Amino acid sequence: MSTVTPFPADVRPLLEVRQLSQVYNLRRQKLLGPRPTLKVLDSIDFSVRPGEAVGLVGESGSGKTTLTRMLTGVERPGQGQVLYDGVDVWTGGEAHKKLFRRSVQVVLQNPRSSLDPRMRVGTSLLEPLRSLRIEGDHAARVLEVLDQVGLDKNALERFPHEFSGGQLQRIAIARALMPGPKVLIADEPVSALDVSIQAQVLNLLKDLVRDLGLGLVFIAHDLSVVAYTTSKVYVMSSGKIVEVGKPLDLFRNPQAEATQALVGAVLSVEAGLAGNALA
Amino acid sequence: MTSAKPHAIEVKDLVVSNGDVTAVRGVSFTIPQGGRMGLVGESGSGKSMTALALMGLLPMGWNTHGNILHDGVDLVTQSDKALSSRRGRTLSMVFQDPLSSLNPVRRVGDQISSVIRRHTGADKRVAEAQTIELIKQMNLPRPEQLVRAYPHEISGGQRQRIMIAMALACYPQLIIADEPTTALDVTVQKQVLRLLNGAVRDRGSALLMITHDLPIIAAMCDTVAVMYAGRIVEIGPVQEVFRNPRHHYTRGLLDSQPTMDNIALDGSSRLVSIPGMVPPLHSLPTGCAFNPRCPAASDKCRETMPELGTDGINAACWHPIQPAGEVAAQ
Repeated sequence: MSTVTPFPADVRPLLEVRQLSQVYNLRRQKLLGPRPTLKVLDSIDFSVRPGEAVGLVGESGSGKTTLTRMLTGVERPGQGQVLYDGVDVWTGGEAHKKLFRRSVQVVLQNPRSSLDPRMRVGTSLLEPLRSLRIEGDHAARVLEVLDQVGLDKNALERFPHEFSGGQLQRIAIARALMPGPKVLIADEPVSALDVSIQAQVLNLLKDLVRDLGLGLVFIAHDLSVVAYTTSKVYVMSSGKIVEVGKPLDLFRNPQAEATQALVGAVLSVEAGLAGNALA
Repeated sequence: MTSAKPHAIEVKDLVVSNGDVTAVRGVSFTIPQGGRMGLVGESGSGKSMTALALMGLLPMGWNTHGNILHDGVDLVTQSDKALSSRRGRTLSMVFQDPLSSLNPVRRVGDQISSVIRRHTGADKRVAEAQTIELIKQMNLPRPEQLVRAYPHEISGGQRQRIMIAMALACYPQLIIADEPTTALDVTVQKQVLRLLNGAVRDRGSALLMITHDLPIIAAMCDTVAVMYAGRIVEIGPVQEVFRNPRHHYTRGLLDSQPTMDNIALDGSSRLVSIPGMVPPLHSLPTGCAFNPRCPAASDKCRETMPELGTDGINAACWHPIQPAGEVAAQ
């Protein structure tokens, strides 16, 4: 397995997992029988550096979501380490855990369900500052973040139902940016959006990585969307990372079976017009 | 060629409204016997409401005006009972989410064979044999066991194949597929499309494919209609429309697809995006509904709504894009 290093080796990964494994115990099949186990993650090594966008692809059931839960500290790994800024998140002490929690933020797939419908957008944006007990000029921060995601300040007084899907996803991204994170984890951030809006959100994420020097973990099932957004892609299958590489290399010369399946599944307008899309 | 035969469906000036808002605002198209048309649009474009109107399955309070000619009758004037006897027989539909469109408490085999029994009057044993034959054609494993499974016991891809089998069971003249693969895993999507493609072709049925996904249209259809805010803004052969789009909206949709060609090696690539958003149906702009987002909009676009087919161009646009070939020829 080759590793891609688009950055100088001395740039330390911001968020990293080392030899991460997780086993779930399933229900007993017999009354006194043993509980069967399911290895959902198997010796995962994964890292993201500042200003770097990495992709995570795989079919459903490959372990993407479980890995995301580990990266965000929602779930404690059975084996292995989750490191933020070089320090273990689970054994590094309360102060470090607090730093980790404000530095790693998530954008979910469907903004209609991830924003509280009864909360004004302005209140939703302030939530992370309040729950993470971050001091400072909150009003100024809100305006700064709105500007970063390209929204107008009159959005603050409105409710989520007044916005279109693309605008809501901008609001969800704004909320994730509020605590000033160093890493943004985006789980299928455009798959619930319309085609003409997807491009806007993808461009926005790319701009944020470039302008704010964020690390971005982009999780998706569509390889062409990931290839457009990221510079390094991890391919997952059955709980393992089966291939890592630059997106175009994976496209042109997929090695692992899972990568080949994903590349083969990409439909394009060109192939359709040439009449060989379903060949 | 097929001029003597009637069309699989002919839709004229279809309007779908509920009194407050009009979701479909005068849509006309024709699909010949065995033809395949794609209907592309974003959410709120009216593409799914068009499909539901064709099936006679609009939600409460919505009604249809215009003509839907199919199998010698106008579906708009048909009674609920008459429509019900057609669904599954002369026209049928494959929905987006098979889990919510299959009955969760009936075995999948029974669900297919009851369609066959209802429309062909076949007895139980014949219908069951046909069901197993259909499931075999859908490339599903162990058909004899699968017929006894409940929807929750099989995978999403298998469920969608069952839905397709059900839709195809009585050799309908027209199959409407509304985002049939959106709910499926990417690697399964292509298999299901391939299967639908072959099965529709083998039966000589016509296909109306509704999706927001342009590559699927390019792979499956011979004509395409692009919908925006309840109207068709461009219609024509897929090869022409996708290679030389005349409407700025079609151009924008094609440009916002990430493809191998527009991904730069150094990661600096930017997708061309359509600014703004789809207008809500209750506050459409005057004139061309696309004008606030259009790079070529003029005062005329803000005042008067363009119609399809002016100057022989199948794009509803006052300033259609000149195809590259014609510019060179002039």
